[in-house]
Amino acid sequence: MGDSALVLGQRLSEWCGHAPALEEDIALANIALDLIGQTQLWLGLAAERGAGASADALAFHRDAWDFHNLLLVEQPNRDFAVTMMRQFLFDAWHFEALTALAAHEDADVSAIAQKSLKEVTYHRERSTDTVIALGDGTEESRARMQGALDRLWPYVGEMFITDADDLTDVAALRPSFEAHVHSTLDAATLIAPTSDFAHQGGKTGVRHTEHLGHMLAVMQSLPRSYPDATW
Amino acid sequence: MYAQMIKSEASKDDPEQLAAFQARIDAGDKIEPKDWMPQGYRKTLIRQIGQHAHSEIVGQLPEGNWITRAPTLERKAILLAKVQDEAGHGLYLYCAAETLGVSRDELTEMLLDGRMKYSSIFAYPALTWADMGAVGWLVDGAAIMNQVPLQRTSFGPYARAMVRICKEESFHQRQGFDIMMKMANGTEAQRRMAQDALNRFWYPSLMMFGPSDSESVHSEQSMQWKIKMNGNDELRQKFVDQTVPQAEYLGLTVPDPDLQWNDDKGGYDFSGPDWSEFFDVLKGNGPCSTERIEARQKAWDDGAWVREARLAHAAKKRVPKVAAE
Repeated sequence: MGDSALVLGQRLSEWCGHAPALEEDIALANIALDLIGQTQLWLGLAAERGAGASADALAFHRDAWDFHNLLLVEQPNRDFAVTMMRQFLFDAWHFEALTALAAHEDADVSAIAQKSLKEVTYHRERSTDTVIALGDGTEESRARMQGALDRLWPYVGEMFITDADDLTDVAALRPSFEAHVHSTLDAATLIAPTSDFAHQGGKTGVRHTEHLGHMLAVMQSLPRSYPDATW
Repeated sequence: MYAQMIKSEASKDDPEQLAAFQARIDAGDKIEPKDWMPQGYRKTLIRQIGQHAHSEIVGQLPEGNWITRAPTLERKAILLAKVQDEAGHGLYLYCAAETLGVSRDELTEMLLDGRMKYSSIFAYPALTWADMGAVGWLVDGAAIMNQVPLQRTSFGPYARAMVRICKEESFHQRQGFDIMMKMANGTEAQRRMAQDALNRFWYPSLMMFGPSDSESVHSEQSMQWKIKMNGNDELRQKFVDQTVPQAEYLGLTVPDPDLQWNDDKGGYDFSGPDWSEFFDVLKGNGPCSTERIEARQKAWDDGAWVREARLAHAAKKRVPKVAAE
Protein backbone atom coordinates (compact mmCIF):
# COMPACT_ATOMS: atom_id res chain seq x y z
CA MET A 1 0.00 0.00 0.00
CA GLY A 2 2.80 2.40 0.91
CA ASP A 3 4.91 1.69 -2.16
CA SER A 4 2.01 2.18 -4.57
CA ALA A 5 1.08 5.45 -2.85
CA LEU A 6 4.69 6.64 -2.97
CA VAL A 7 5.32 5.75 -6.61
CA LEU A 8 2.07 7.34 -7.79
CA GLY A 9 2.61 10.41 -5.59
CA GLN A 10 6.06 10.81 -7.12
CA ARG A 11 4.68 10.43 -10.65
CA LEU A 12 1.95 13.03 -10.05
CA SER A 13 4.41 15.50 -8.58
CA GLU A 14 6.26 15.50 -11.92
CA TRP A 15 3.28 17.48 -13.28
CA CYS A 16 3.86 20.40 -10.97
CA GLY A 17 3.89 23.59 -13.04
CA HIS A 18 3.08 21.79 -16.30
CA ALA A 19 -0.62 20.88 -16.13
CA PRO A 20 -3.21 21.94 -18.76
CA ALA A 21 -4.86 24.51 -16.45
CA LEU A 22 -4.16 25.98 -13.03
CA GLU A 23 -7.06 24.08 -11.48
CA GLU A 24 -5.63 20.79 -12.76
CA ASP A 25 -2.18 21.71 -11.48
CA ILE A 26 -3.55 22.38 -8.01
CA ALA A 27 -5.65 19.19 -8.02
CA LEU A 28 -2.73 16.97 -9.11
CA ALA A 29 -0.46 18.48 -6.44
CA ASN A 30 -3.20 17.99 -3.88
CA ILE A 31 -3.64 14.31 -4.75
CA ALA A 32 0.15 13.81 -4.78
CA LEU A 33 0.28 15.40 -1.34
CA ASP A 34 -2.41 13.04 0.00
CA LEU A 35 -0.54 10.05 -1.42
CA ILE A 36 2.78 11.12 0.09
CA GLY A 37 0.98 11.56 3.44
CA GLN A 38 -0.44 8.05 3.13
CA THR A 39 3.05 6.78 2.27
CA GLN A 40 4.38 8.21 5.52
CA LEU A 41 1.67 6.31 7.43
CA TRP A 42 1.98 2.95 5.64
CA LEU A 43 5.78 2.88 5.46
CA GLY A 44 5.93 4.25 9.01
CA LEU A 45 3.85 1.29 10.18
CA ALA A 46 5.96 -1.13 8.12
CA ALA A 47 9.09 0.28 9.75
CA GLU A 48 7.55 -0.07 13.22
CA ARG A 49 6.81 -3.70 12.43
CA GLY A 50 10.43 -4.37 11.54
CA ALA A 51 10.68 -3.74 7.79
CA GLY A 52 13.29 -0.98 8.16
CA ALA A 53 14.60 1.88 10.24
CA SER A 54 11.96 4.44 9.22
CA ALA A 55 9.54 5.41 6.47
CA ASP A 56 12.31 7.53 4.90
CA ALA A 57 14.78 4.65 5.01
CA LEU A 58 12.25 2.47 3.19
CA ALA A 59 11.46 5.15 0.62
CA PHE A 60 14.99 6.28 -0.14
CA HIS A 61 17.30 3.35 0.57
CA ARG A 62 15.68 0.40 -1.15
CA ASP A 63 16.34 -0.72 -4.71
CA ALA A 64 13.64 -1.44 -7.27
CA TRP A 65 13.42 -5.18 -6.52
CA ASP A 66 12.44 -4.41 -2.93
CA PHE A 67 9.56 -2.19 -4.02
CA HIS A 68 6.15 -3.87 -4.00
CA ASN A 69 4.06 -1.33 -5.86
CA LEU A 70 1.57 -2.11 -8.61
CA LEU A 71 3.00 -1.92 -12.14
CA LEU A 72 0.16 0.45 -13.04
CA VAL A 73 1.46 3.30 -10.89
CA GLU A 74 5.02 3.21 -12.21
CA GLN A 75 3.82 3.84 -15.77
CA PRO A 76 5.11 7.20 -17.02
CA ASN A 77 2.79 10.22 -17.13
CA ARG A 78 2.98 10.52 -20.93
CA ASP A 79 0.08 12.92 -21.62
CA PHE A 80 -2.79 14.11 -19.44
CA ALA A 81 -5.02 11.34 -20.82
CA VAL A 82 -2.68 8.55 -19.65
CA THR A 83 -2.14 10.32 -16.32
CA MET A 84 -5.85 10.66 -15.61
CA MET A 85 -6.78 7.19 -16.87
CA ARG A 86 -4.05 5.69 -14.68
CA GLN A 87 -5.40 7.75 -11.79
CA PHE A 88 -8.96 6.62 -12.41
CA LEU A 89 -8.08 2.91 -12.58
CA PHE A 90 -5.92 3.17 -9.48
CA ASP A 91 -8.48 5.24 -7.54
CA ALA A 92 -11.24 2.74 -8.37
CA TRP A 93 -9.07 -0.10 -7.00
CA HIS A 94 -7.70 1.98 -4.10
CA PHE A 95 -11.21 2.88 -2.96
CA GLU A 96 -12.26 -0.78 -2.80
CA ALA A 97 -9.02 -1.87 -1.14
CA LEU A 98 -9.22 0.82 1.54
CA THR A 99 -12.90 0.09 2.17
CA ALA A 100 -11.95 -3.53 2.89
CA LEU A 101 -8.92 -2.55 5.00
CA ALA A 102 -10.94 -0.06 7.04
CA ALA A 103 -12.51 -3.13 8.70
CA HIS A 104 -9.16 -4.93 9.16
CA GLU A 105 -8.61 -6.59 12.54
CA ASP A 106 -5.27 -4.81 13.01
CA ALA A 107 -6.16 -1.48 14.59
CA ASP A 108 -3.23 0.39 12.97
CA VAL A 109 -4.07 -0.90 9.51
CA SER A 110 -7.71 -0.06 9.97
CA ALA A 111 -6.92 3.46 11.24
CA ILE A 112 -4.67 4.28 8.27
CA ALA A 113 -7.23 2.85 5.84
CA GLN A 114 -10.06 4.89 7.37
CA LYS A 115 -8.07 8.11 7.16
CA SER A 116 -6.92 7.40 3.61
CA LEU A 117 -10.39 6.40 2.49
CA LYS A 118 -11.70 9.91 3.16
CA GLU A 119 -9.08 11.31 0.79
CA VAL A 120 -9.42 8.59 -1.82
CA THR A 121 -13.20 8.93 -1.95
CA TYR A 122 -12.55 12.42 -3.28
CA HIS A 123 -9.74 11.26 -5.60
CA ARG A 124 -12.09 8.70 -7.15
CA GLU A 125 -14.89 11.22 -7.54
CA ARG A 126 -12.58 13.64 -9.32
CA SER A 127 -10.87 11.16 -11.63
CA THR A 128 -14.27 9.64 -12.49
CA ASP A 129 -15.64 13.07 -13.45
CA THR A 130 -12.49 13.78 -15.46
CA VAL A 131 -12.66 10.50 -17.39
CA ILE A 132 -16.31 11.19 -18.23
CA ALA A 133 -15.63 14.79 -19.31
CA LEU A 134 -12.60 13.95 -21.44
CA GLY A 135 -14.14 10.77 -22.88
CA ASP A 136 -17.34 12.57 -23.75
CA GLY A 137 -15.61 15.82 -24.78
CA THR A 138 -14.21 16.31 -28.27
CA GLU A 139 -13.23 13.79 -30.91
CA GLU A 140 -9.57 14.28 -30.06
CA SER A 141 -10.08 13.90 -26.32
CA ARG A 142 -12.13 10.74 -26.78
CA ALA A 143 -9.41 9.20 -28.98
CA ARG A 144 -6.73 10.10 -26.45
CA MET A 145 -8.73 8.64 -23.55
CA GLN A 146 -9.51 5.46 -25.44
CA GLY A 147 -5.84 5.13 -26.35
CA ALA A 148 -4.86 5.61 -22.70
CA LEU A 149 -7.39 3.01 -21.56
CA ASP A 150 -6.17 0.46 -24.12
CA ARG A 151 -2.57 1.08 -23.15
CA LEU A 152 -3.16 0.76 -19.40
CA TRP A 153 -5.72 -2.06 -19.35
CA PRO A 154 -3.03 -4.82 -19.22
CA TYR A 155 -1.98 -3.39 -15.84
CA VAL A 156 -5.45 -3.75 -14.28
CA GLY A 157 -5.33 -7.49 -13.66
CA GLU A 158 -2.36 -7.35 -11.29
CA MET A 159 -4.39 -5.32 -8.82
CA PHE A 160 -6.65 -8.35 -8.23
CA ILE A 161 -4.10 -11.14 -7.86
CA THR A 162 -4.04 -12.05 -4.20
CA ASP A 163 -0.69 -13.11 -2.79
CA ALA A 164 0.62 -14.04 0.65
CA ASP A 165 1.61 -10.44 1.51
CA ASP A 166 -1.83 -8.97 0.88
CA LEU A 167 -3.70 -7.60 3.89
CA THR A 168 -7.00 -8.50 2.29
CA ASP A 169 -8.29 -10.81 -0.45
CA VAL A 170 -7.94 -8.37 -3.34
CA ALA A 171 -9.49 -10.80 -5.82
CA ALA A 172 -12.79 -10.33 -4.02
CA LEU A 173 -12.72 -6.58 -4.79
CA ARG A 174 -13.03 -7.03 -8.52
CA PRO A 175 -16.85 -7.09 -8.95
CA SER A 176 -17.32 -3.72 -7.19
CA PHE A 177 -14.36 -2.28 -9.09
CA GLU A 178 -15.76 -3.42 -12.42
CA ALA A 179 -19.22 -2.07 -11.67
CA HIS A 180 -17.78 1.40 -11.06
CA VAL A 181 -15.34 1.28 -13.98
CA HIS A 182 -17.88 0.05 -16.52
CA SER A 183 -20.57 2.56 -15.56
CA THR A 184 -17.97 5.33 -15.80
CA LEU A 185 -16.65 4.15 -19.17
CA ASP A 186 -20.23 4.00 -20.48
CA ALA A 187 -20.87 7.57 -19.42
CA ALA A 188 -17.55 8.52 -20.99
CA THR A 189 -18.48 6.81 -24.30
CA LEU A 190 -15.32 4.68 -23.96
CA ILE A 191 -15.06 0.96 -24.70
CA ALA A 192 -13.52 -1.39 -22.14
CA PRO A 193 -10.96 -3.71 -23.77
CA THR A 194 -12.04 -7.32 -23.78
CA SER A 195 -8.61 -8.87 -23.20
CA ASP A 196 -7.98 -10.02 -19.66
CA PHE A 197 -4.23 -10.31 -20.16
CA ALA A 198 -2.41 -9.00 -17.09
CA HIS A 199 1.24 -8.00 -16.69
CA GLN A 200 2.59 -9.10 -13.33
CA GLY A 201 5.66 -8.62 -11.19
CA GLY A 202 5.27 -5.19 -9.52
CA LYS A 203 3.58 -6.31 -6.30
CA THR A 204 6.01 -9.16 -5.87
CA GLY A 205 8.99 -7.05 -6.97
CA VAL A 206 10.03 -9.88 -9.28
CA ARG A 207 9.82 -7.89 -12.53
CA HIS A 208 9.17 -4.16 -12.49
CA THR A 209 9.03 -2.13 -15.69
CA GLU A 210 12.14 -0.28 -16.84
CA HIS A 211 10.53 2.96 -15.70
CA LEU A 212 10.83 2.37 -11.96
CA GLY A 213 14.62 2.43 -11.89
CA HIS A 214 14.72 5.87 -13.48
CA MET A 215 12.14 7.19 -11.06
CA LEU A 216 14.05 5.90 -8.05
CA ALA A 217 17.34 7.27 -9.41
CA VAL A 218 15.82 10.74 -9.35
CA MET A 219 13.84 10.37 -6.14
CA GLN A 220 16.63 8.82 -4.08
CA SER A 221 19.54 10.86 -5.44
CA LEU A 222 20.10 13.17 -2.45
CA PRO A 223 19.82 10.69 0.44
CA ARG A 224 21.95 8.18 -1.48
CA SER A 225 24.62 10.74 -2.42
CA TYR A 226 24.84 12.18 1.09
CA PRO A 227 24.10 9.25 3.43
CA ASP A 228 25.46 11.11 6.49
CA ALA A 229 23.27 14.17 6.03
CA THR A 230 20.02 14.98 7.78
CA TRP A 231 17.63 17.25 5.95
CA MET B 1 8.41 41.78 -4.91
CA TYR B 2 6.74 40.14 -7.83
CA ALA B 3 5.85 43.29 -9.76
CA GLN B 4 8.79 45.22 -11.16
CA MET B 5 9.09 48.20 -13.47
CA ILE B 6 5.33 48.58 -13.81
CA LYS B 7 4.72 51.41 -16.21
CA SER B 8 1.98 53.74 -14.96
CA GLU B 9 -0.48 54.84 -17.59
CA ALA B 10 -1.32 58.50 -17.83
CA SER B 11 -5.02 59.18 -17.67
CA LYS B 12 -6.94 61.21 -20.22
CA ASP B 13 -10.14 61.16 -18.21
CA ASP B 14 -12.39 64.02 -17.17
CA PRO B 15 -10.50 66.15 -14.58
CA GLU B 16 -13.51 66.36 -12.26
CA GLN B 17 -13.98 62.61 -12.19
CA LEU B 18 -10.25 62.17 -11.67
CA ALA B 19 -10.28 64.54 -8.72
CA ALA B 20 -13.26 62.77 -7.15
CA PHE B 21 -11.53 59.43 -7.65
CA GLN B 22 -8.30 60.69 -6.07
CA ALA B 23 -10.33 62.05 -3.14
CA ARG B 24 -11.79 58.57 -2.54
CA ILE B 25 -8.30 57.06 -2.56
CA ASP B 26 -6.97 59.74 -0.24
CA ALA B 27 -9.85 59.04 2.15
CA GLY B 28 -8.81 55.37 2.24
CA ASP B 29 -11.83 54.04 0.31
CA LYS B 30 -11.47 50.72 -1.46
CA ILE B 31 -12.14 50.85 -5.20
CA GLU B 32 -14.33 47.96 -6.32
CA PRO B 33 -14.55 46.48 -9.85
CA LYS B 34 -17.84 48.18 -10.79
CA ASP B 35 -16.80 51.61 -9.52
CA TRP B 36 -15.69 54.26 -11.99
CA MET B 37 -11.90 54.34 -12.33
CA PRO B 38 -9.47 56.14 -14.64
CA GLN B 39 -8.35 54.14 -17.66
CA GLY B 40 -4.75 54.49 -16.50
CA TYR B 41 -5.56 53.05 -13.07
CA ARG B 42 -7.26 50.06 -14.70
CA LYS B 43 -4.44 49.43 -17.18
CA THR B 44 -1.68 49.81 -14.61
CA LEU B 45 -3.43 47.43 -12.23
CA ILE B 46 -3.97 44.82 -14.95
CA ARG B 47 -0.27 45.00 -15.72
CA GLN B 48 0.75 44.83 -12.07
CA ILE B 49 -1.66 42.09 -10.93
CA GLY B 50 -1.01 40.14 -14.14
CA GLN B 51 2.74 40.30 -13.65
CA HIS B 52 2.31 39.22 -10.05
CA ALA B 53 0.12 36.27 -11.12
CA HIS B 54 2.59 35.23 -13.82
CA SER B 55 5.40 35.34 -11.24
CA GLU B 56 3.51 32.89 -9.04
CA ILE B 57 3.01 30.50 -11.94
CA VAL B 58 6.51 30.73 -13.40
CA GLY B 59 7.78 30.58 -9.80
CA GLN B 60 6.39 27.04 -9.57
CA LEU B 61 9.01 25.84 -12.04
CA PRO B 62 12.30 26.19 -10.12
CA GLU B 63 10.72 24.59 -7.06
CA GLY B 64 8.78 21.96 -9.01
CA ASN B 65 12.18 20.96 -10.34
CA TRP B 66 13.08 19.80 -6.81
CA ILE B 67 9.83 18.16 -5.62
CA THR B 68 10.82 14.90 -7.27
CA ARG B 69 14.22 15.06 -5.55
CA ALA B 70 13.16 16.24 -2.08
CA PRO B 71 15.36 14.31 0.35
CA THR B 72 12.69 13.13 2.83
CA LEU B 73 8.99 12.34 2.61
CA GLU B 74 8.23 15.26 4.90
CA ARG B 75 10.24 17.73 2.81
CA LYS B 76 8.50 16.43 -0.30
CA ALA B 77 5.08 16.94 1.27
CA ILE B 78 5.97 20.47 2.47
CA LEU B 79 7.35 21.51 -0.91
CA LEU B 80 4.31 20.10 -2.72
CA ALA B 81 2.05 22.05 -0.39
CA LYS B 82 4.08 25.21 -0.96
CA VAL B 83 4.08 24.98 -4.74
CA GLN B 84 0.37 24.19 -4.64
CA ASP B 85 -0.11 27.39 -2.59
CA GLU B 86 1.71 29.31 -5.31
CA ALA B 87 -0.60 27.98 -8.01
CA GLY B 88 -3.46 29.04 -5.72
CA HIS B 89 -1.99 32.55 -5.43
CA GLY B 90 -1.81 32.68 -9.21
CA LEU B 91 -5.47 31.71 -9.34
CA TYR B 92 -6.63 34.45 -6.89
CA LEU B 93 -4.57 37.04 -8.72
CA TYR B 94 -5.85 36.09 -12.17
CA CYS B 95 -9.37 36.29 -10.71
CA ALA B 96 -8.61 39.76 -9.29
CA ALA B 97 -7.31 40.83 -12.71
CA GLU B 98 -10.41 39.41 -14.41
CA THR B 99 -12.59 41.82 -12.41
CA LEU B 100 -10.85 44.57 -14.40
CA GLY B 101 -12.06 43.17 -17.71
CA VAL B 102 -9.24 40.95 -18.94
CA SER B 103 -9.43 37.15 -19.14
CA ARG B 104 -6.96 34.65 -17.75
CA ASP B 105 -6.40 33.32 -21.26
CA GLU B 106 -5.55 36.79 -22.58
CA LEU B 107 -3.10 37.35 -19.74
CA THR B 108 -1.49 33.96 -20.38
CA GLU B 109 -1.06 34.74 -24.06
CA MET B 110 0.57 38.06 -23.17
CA LEU B 111 3.04 36.23 -20.90
CA LEU B 112 3.87 33.73 -23.62
CA ASP B 113 4.39 36.27 -26.40
CA GLY B 114 6.48 38.53 -24.17
CA ARG B 115 4.07 41.46 -23.82
CA MET B 116 3.90 40.78 -20.08
CA LYS B 117 6.74 39.92 -17.70
CA TYR B 118 7.27 37.84 -14.59
CA SER B 119 9.61 38.65 -11.71
CA SER B 120 13.28 38.58 -12.72
CA ILE B 121 14.11 36.24 -9.82
CA PHE B 122 12.47 33.23 -11.47
CA ALA B 123 14.78 33.44 -14.46
CA TYR B 124 17.53 32.11 -12.17
CA PRO B 125 18.16 28.38 -11.77
CA ALA B 126 17.58 26.27 -8.63
CA LEU B 127 20.70 24.10 -8.61
CA THR B 128 20.88 22.37 -5.24
CA TRP B 129 18.50 21.46 -2.43
CA ALA B 130 19.80 24.49 -0.49
CA ASP B 131 18.22 26.65 -3.19
CA MET B 132 14.83 25.51 -1.89
CA GLY B 133 15.87 27.03 1.41
CA ALA B 134 17.23 30.20 -0.19
CA VAL B 135 14.12 30.71 -2.31
CA GLY B 136 11.89 30.49 0.76
CA TRP B 137 14.14 32.56 2.99
CA LEU B 138 15.28 35.28 0.56
CA VAL B 139 12.81 35.33 -2.33
CA ASP B 140 9.66 34.82 -0.31
CA GLY B 141 11.16 37.13 2.32
CA ALA B 142 11.59 39.89 -0.26
CA ALA B 143 8.10 39.24 -1.64
CA ILE B 144 6.58 39.62 1.83
CA MET B 145 8.28 43.03 2.27
CA ASN B 146 6.32 44.28 -0.69
CA GLN B 147 3.10 42.36 -0.20
CA VAL B 148 2.36 43.16 3.41
CA PRO B 149 1.76 46.85 2.58
CA LEU B 150 -0.22 45.81 -0.52
CA GLN B 151 -2.88 44.41 1.80
CA ARG B 152 -3.82 48.09 2.15
CA THR B 153 -3.75 48.81 -1.58
CA SER B 154 -6.67 50.82 -2.98
CA PHE B 155 -8.14 48.13 -5.27
CA GLY B 156 -10.39 45.90 -3.17
CA PRO B 157 -9.96 42.51 -4.91
CA TYR B 158 -6.16 42.91 -5.01
CA ALA B 159 -5.98 43.93 -1.34
CA ARG B 160 -8.14 40.98 -0.27
CA ALA B 161 -6.16 38.47 -2.37
CA MET B 162 -3.03 39.82 -0.73
CA VAL B 163 -4.31 39.16 2.80
CA ARG B 164 -4.50 35.43 2.17
CA ILE B 165 -1.31 35.36 0.12
CA CYS B 166 0.66 37.05 2.90
CA LYS B 167 -0.46 34.48 5.47
CA GLU B 168 0.80 31.66 3.27
CA GLU B 169 3.99 33.47 2.25
CA SER B 170 5.09 33.90 5.84
CA PHE B 171 4.77 30.14 6.28
CA HIS B 172 6.81 29.67 3.11
CA GLN B 173 9.54 31.92 4.39
CA ARG B 174 9.72 30.02 7.68
CA GLN B 175 10.02 26.68 5.89
CA GLY B 176 12.80 28.14 3.73
CA PHE B 177 14.71 29.32 6.78
CA ASP B 178 14.18 25.91 8.38
CA ILE B 179 15.82 24.22 5.36
CA MET B 180 18.71 26.71 5.56
CA MET B 181 19.20 25.95 9.27
CA LYS B 182 19.42 22.23 8.59
CA MET B 183 21.86 22.82 5.75
CA ALA B 184 23.99 25.39 7.57
CA ASN B 185 24.25 23.11 10.61
CA GLY B 186 24.69 19.96 8.58
CA THR B 187 27.63 18.20 6.96
CA GLU B 188 30.42 20.05 5.18
CA ALA B 189 28.73 19.37 1.83
CA GLN B 190 25.45 20.79 3.12
CA ARG B 191 27.16 23.94 4.47
CA ARG B 192 28.82 24.39 1.11
CA MET B 193 25.45 24.13 -0.65
CA ALA B 194 23.94 26.66 1.78
CA GLN B 195 26.71 29.22 1.23
CA ASP B 196 26.61 28.68 -2.51
CA ALA B 197 22.84 29.24 -2.55
CA LEU B 198 23.25 32.51 -0.63
CA ASN B 199 26.04 33.59 -2.99
CA ARG B 200 23.87 33.03 -6.05
CA PHE B 201 20.54 34.36 -4.70
CA TRP B 202 21.71 37.43 -2.75
CA TYR B 203 21.97 39.99 -5.57
CA PRO B 204 19.04 38.62 -7.61
CA SER B 205 16.97 38.99 -4.41
CA LEU B 206 18.03 42.63 -4.10
CA MET B 207 16.98 43.15 -7.73
CA MET B 208 13.46 42.03 -6.86
CA PHE B 209 12.73 45.49 -5.45
CA GLY B 210 13.44 47.15 -8.80
CA PRO B 211 15.88 49.94 -9.69
CA SER B 212 16.62 52.84 -7.40
CA ASP B 213 13.73 55.29 -6.87
CA SER B 214 15.78 58.02 -8.54
CA GLU B 215 15.67 55.99 -11.75
CA SER B 216 12.21 54.54 -11.37
CA VAL B 217 10.06 56.79 -13.50
CA HIS B 218 6.76 55.05 -12.92
CA SER B 219 6.47 55.17 -9.18
CA GLU B 220 4.88 58.53 -8.47
CA GLN B 221 1.48 58.01 -10.10
CA SER B 222 1.20 54.48 -8.69
CA MET B 223 2.01 55.74 -5.19
CA GLN B 224 -0.66 58.44 -5.55
CA TRP B 225 -3.17 55.76 -6.52
CA LYS B 226 -2.00 53.56 -3.64
CA ILE B 227 -1.18 50.63 -5.88
CA LYS B 228 2.45 51.00 -4.95
CA MET B 229 2.86 51.65 -1.25
CA ASN B 230 6.61 52.09 -0.67
CA GLY B 231 9.71 53.17 -2.52
CA ASN B 232 12.06 50.55 -3.96
CA ASP B 233 15.11 51.69 -2.00
CA GLU B 234 13.21 51.84 1.28
CA LEU B 235 12.03 48.23 0.91
CA ARG B 236 15.46 47.02 -0.23
CA GLN B 237 17.07 48.61 2.85
CA LYS B 238 14.47 47.00 5.10
CA PHE B 239 15.13 43.63 3.50
CA VAL B 240 18.91 43.90 3.96
CA ASP B 241 18.52 45.03 7.57
CA GLN B 242 16.28 42.07 8.32
CA THR B 243 18.27 39.46 6.43
CA VAL B 244 21.90 40.16 7.39
CA PRO B 245 21.45 39.14 11.07
CA GLN B 246 19.66 35.99 9.89
CA ALA B 247 22.63 35.11 7.68
CA GLU B 248 24.94 35.70 10.66
CA TYR B 249 22.77 33.42 12.79
CA LEU B 250 23.14 30.73 10.12
CA GLY B 251 26.91 31.23 10.08
CA LEU B 252 26.80 32.18 6.40
CA THR B 253 28.58 35.08 4.71
CA VAL B 254 26.65 37.64 2.68
CA PRO B 255 28.64 37.97 -0.58
CA ASP B 256 29.25 41.71 -0.24
CA PRO B 257 32.69 42.87 0.99
CA ASP B 258 31.33 46.39 1.49
CA LEU B 259 28.47 45.35 3.75
CA GLN B 260 28.78 47.33 6.98
CA TRP B 261 26.51 48.56 9.78
CA ASN B 262 26.00 52.31 9.67
CA ASP B 263 25.15 53.71 13.08
CA ASP B 264 24.10 57.08 11.72
CA LYS B 265 21.33 55.73 9.51
CA GLY B 266 20.55 52.77 11.78
CA GLY B 267 20.90 50.33 8.91
CA TYR B 268 23.45 48.54 6.76
CA ASP B 269 25.46 50.08 3.95
CA PHE B 270 25.58 47.58 1.13
CA SER B 271 26.50 47.19 -2.55
CA GLY B 272 23.74 47.31 -5.10
CA PRO B 273 23.29 44.57 -7.67
CA ASP B 274 24.59 44.77 -11.21
CA TRP B 275 21.70 46.58 -12.88
CA SER B 276 22.88 45.76 -16.38
CA GLU B 277 22.31 42.10 -15.47
CA PHE B 278 18.82 43.01 -14.23
CA PHE B 279 17.92 44.73 -17.50
CA ASP B 280 19.32 41.77 -19.45
CA VAL B 281 17.07 39.44 -17.46
CA LEU B 282 14.04 41.65 -18.14
CA LYS B 283 14.86 41.48 -21.85
CA GLY B 284 14.65 37.69 -21.66
CA ASN B 285 18.35 37.00 -21.20
CA GLY B 286 18.20 35.47 -17.73
CA PRO B 287 19.96 32.13 -17.26
CA CYS B 288 16.62 30.25 -17.45
CA SER B 289 14.43 32.77 -19.31
CA THR B 290 14.14 30.61 -22.42
CA GLU B 291 13.38 27.43 -20.48
CA ARG B 292 10.76 29.10 -18.26
CA ILE B 293 8.69 30.43 -21.14
CA GLU B 294 9.25 27.25 -23.13
CA ALA B 295 7.86 25.21 -20.21
CA ARG B 296 4.79 27.46 -19.89
CA GLN B 297 4.26 27.43 -23.66
CA LYS B 298 4.45 23.63 -23.70
CA ALA B 299 1.96 23.31 -20.83
CA TRP B 300 -0.38 25.72 -22.65
CA ASP B 301 -0.09 23.93 -26.02
CA ASP B 302 -0.17 20.38 -24.66
CA GLY B 303 -3.13 21.23 -22.44
CA ALA B 304 -5.25 22.82 -25.19
CA TRP B 305 -7.14 19.59 -25.95
CA VAL B 306 -8.00 19.17 -22.26
CA ARG B 307 -9.38 22.70 -21.93
CA GLU B 308 -11.35 22.32 -25.19
CA ALA B 309 -12.73 18.94 -24.11
CA ARG B 310 -13.87 20.25 -20.75
CA LEU B 311 -15.70 23.13 -22.44
CA ALA B 312 -17.24 20.78 -25.01
CA HIS B 313 -18.42 18.41 -22.28
CA ALA B 314 -19.86 21.25 -20.21
CA ALA B 315 -21.73 22.52 -23.28
CA LYS B 316 -23.19 19.02 -23.94
CA LYS B 317 -24.39 18.83 -20.36
CA ARG B 318 -26.05 22.23 -20.66
CA VAL B 319 -28.03 21.39 -23.82
CA PRO B 320 -30.34 18.75 -22.34
CA LYS B 321 -30.93 20.93 -19.30
CA VAL B 322 -31.95 23.92 -21.41
CA ALA B 323 -34.13 21.67 -23.59
CA ALA B 324 -35.86 20.29 -20.49
CA GLU B 325 -36.65 23.79 -19.25
